[in-house]
Amino acid sequence: MKFGILVNEGPYQRQSSDTAWQFCQAAIAAGHEIQRVFFYHDGVNNATKLTEPPQDDRHIVNRWTALAEEHGVDLVVCVAAALRRGIVDENLAKGFRISGLGQLVESAIQADRLVVFGD
Amino acid sequence: MFVNRKAPYGSVYALEGLEVVLISAAFDQDVSLAFIDDGVYQLVKGQDTKAAGMKNFSPTFRALEGYDIEKLYVEREALEARGITEADLLVEVRVLGRGEMAALMDEQDVLIGF
Repeated sequence: MKFGILVNEGPYQRQSSDTAWQFCQAAIAAGHEIQRVFFYHDGVNNATKLTEPPQDDRHIVNRWTALAEEHGVDLVVCVAAALRRGIVDENLAKGFRISGLGQLVESAIQADRLVVFGD
Repeated sequence: MFVNRKAPYGSVYALEGLEVVLISAAFDQDVSLAFIDDGVYQLVKGQDTKAAGMKNFSPTFRALEGYDIEKLYVEREALEARGITEADLLVEVRVLGRGEMAALMDEQDVLIGF
């Protein structure tokens, strides 16, 4: 199955983006395709390379980058939501790209299921 | 269908959710909006956000018609629980009972909730 993923929460404050990443891992392991992960609302904060968690904690941003590099998953950050929150090309982590909301609507149309993470 | 569950202010979900609705109009899809829970407050007339220093985006709902987005559904139970009547709303809507709303959601290809 082809999944589109929508992440609406930032990292660390809540667990939604962890769950979204775990869902992607599990779906890929089960032979499914992740068509795109779209980051919206505070979800755009998953994409800043300035993130530096303590050594003994998981690195949520790097995990997304690895997902893109290892499995070619398209990680898209909403430009309007990103600009509101100070996420720009200069601090964008590897593997992410900034684009418009049309990419979310396209994902909802093209994927078999759009799965939403975050309140 | 976009499902609006949250009050217009207090979080950014309603405002940024409406931005997705506007973009979706460009994709030639059958777009509809459902308002349940505190989401019904988004449609209340006469919103004045000056004192709170928030952007009043409620006039945008009146512009939806111009984007050919005309299917707005509001849950009756959500209105009643909050003492709101159809006459208090700033756009024309269809008021549905919870069961009818559930059946309508069941028909959708994609539900996105904000």
